[in-house]
Amino acid sequence: MAKVLMKGNEAIGAAAIKAGCKYFFGYPITPQSELPEYMARELPKVGGVFLQAESEIAAINMVYGAAGAGARVMTSSSSPGISLKQEGISYLAGAELPCLIVNIMRGGPGLGGIQPSQTDYFQATRGGGNGDYRLVVLAPANIQELADLVIEGFDIADQYRNPVMILGDGMIGQMMEPVEFKVPKKRELPEKDWATTGTLGKRKPNIINSLYLAAEELEEHNKKLQAKYDEIRRKEVKVESYNIEDADVVIAAYGTTSRIVRTAIAKLEREGYKVGLIRPITLWPYPYDEFNKINDNCKGVLTVEMNAGQMVDDVKIAVEGRFPVYFYGRTGGMVPTPDEIVGKVKEIYGGEK
Amino acid sequence: MAVVFKKTRGLTDIPTHYCPGCTHGIVHRLVGEALEELGVLDIAIGVAPVGCAVLAYKYFNCDMHEAAHGRAPAVATGIKRVLPDNFVFTYQGDGDLASIGTAEIVHAAHRGEKISTIFINNAIYGMTGGQMAPTTLVGQKATTAPQGRDEAHCGKPIRISEMLATIDGAKFVERVTVTTPAHVRKAKKAIKECFKTQIEGKGFGIVEVLSTCPTNWGLTPEEALRWLEDNMIPYYPLGNFRRPEEVE
Repeated sequence: MAKVLMKGNEAIGAAAIKAGCKYFFGYPITPQSELPEYMARELPKVGGVFLQAESEIAAINMVYGAAGAGARVMTSSSSPGISLKQEGISYLAGAELPCLIVNIMRGGPGLGGIQPSQTDYFQATRGGGNGDYRLVVLAPANIQELADLVIEGFDIADQYRNPVMILGDGMIGQMMEPVEFKVPKKRELPEKDWATTGTLGKRKPNIINSLYLAAEELEEHNKKLQAKYDEIRRKEVKVESYNIEDADVVIAAYGTTSRIVRTAIAKLEREGYKVGLIRPITLWPYPYDEFNKINDNCKGVLTVEMNAGQMVDDVKIAVEGRFPVYFYGRTGGMVPTPDEIVGKVKEIYGGEK
Repeated sequence: MAVVFKKTRGLTDIPTHYCPGCTHGIVHRLVGEALEELGVLDIAIGVAPVGCAVLAYKYFNCDMHEAAHGRAPAVATGIKRVLPDNFVFTYQGDGDLASIGTAEIVHAAHRGEKISTIFINNAIYGMTGGQMAPTTLVGQKATTAPQGRDEAHCGKPIRISEMLATIDGAKFVERVTVTTPAHVRKAKKAIKECFKTQIEGKGFGIVEVLSTCPTNWGLTPEEALRWLEDNMIPYYPLGNFRRPEEVE
């Protein structure tokens, strides 16, 4: 298929339909509204259903019902709306239902703003809802990767019976780039024999549930969930690295911020600095092991984010004190410039070379 | 020997956890019978609430989905939109439906969602131990209204059936009770009519069942039935508020 020029939010919709998603439940919020608008237009053409819910809470609970009924289903929102969905996300994780949740992040806290941000890293990777659960969190850096991850995200969700989140900043949603929709590497997906589709008098009732009143049973359920998360940690880490075996300074960045970092690195290289990059594509499971490949002479690891330093915790866990960890970030919808990053790297070097 | 009565196939054999004298058991039986008699049990998907009926997923002999507090109509919407030919119902109490889930029930009705709702109104939070509900009567004592519900402080109880009857998408709305055999028969008739509204593709239906909570009301089962008749029915009048033919 030839490449087409598409806005990120619309590419998510096209990729989802390509992945066989026929159901979308959502609620309008900037800066992701092009996605529900695209789905409202396109889903009926493929025999699917787009439904605008009365709230984000209702939307995620519609997803909960549709996922229980065995459908490929998704919702999308932006930061404050994702906060509202946390209840349903926790239930989906607890009841082990697959679905895709898209968060096109804007600045916070509270109502915040509508400009691009990466301020929901904690919420996405630590769990904004109650209980010991995990989402697979995918952080695309360009529109092609966004489309690829949406398509693969549905497979990951089905394989592990777990919600998957696409965590994009506002720029990913709004920018336009050429994109094609490719079928991912085939995964062995289990039959959805647990779905509530009616017994037809042929089997015992299926029950979708996250309630276990007996403490022993709930602990067993949690052990099963944790075993699943361990398997995801072993099998699903995605990361891209550049020059970390040789770099004096390694930068950790994800999403569109990683692209600004690349511009900064190119500029620094022209001036003779050796700077590497670790770009986590899965924010959970986090690519901790990748940081072990950093050379021993590295002066430090710089985390660059569009927030007040949320991924820094994971970077510190990853480096285990081997290197000093630095942070540079902008908040509120402000975007770091390459020059600001260049300046910060030179600071770590101890001034101009 | 001729069998003159047997338990409906619509219920499982698991003993319920409901308190002695609670009317949940009667309503469960009526729902199970209606599902069986209308021939939809095997294509039914029920949505259980949070509240005393939280374990309803163990009792109805069909596919079940346990929802978060108040969200059953949204969950049912998701199921029905995926499986439009299946039969989808919610079973919710008054804390669940009339308090935390008002947005979900109003908008499911408003969309004319082709689902059916059984609404248990016992004027109190049962599961959590007798707190005030939006349906608690003025003057009625509850653990969070120790002096009785004070209208000046928290308003009058909400009448859900009357409210939903103002919504075009709600095609069947009826309030019943189960305090006498005659009322039980009327309740079953209403539940079947409500379910038919969905089966015939006409839209949203709800049956509100005035129910007892002897445990949290501090009454014997029989006293509770009388208290319901003497206090709840005058404020929550029984009867049909909407039928599909009246809407069209």
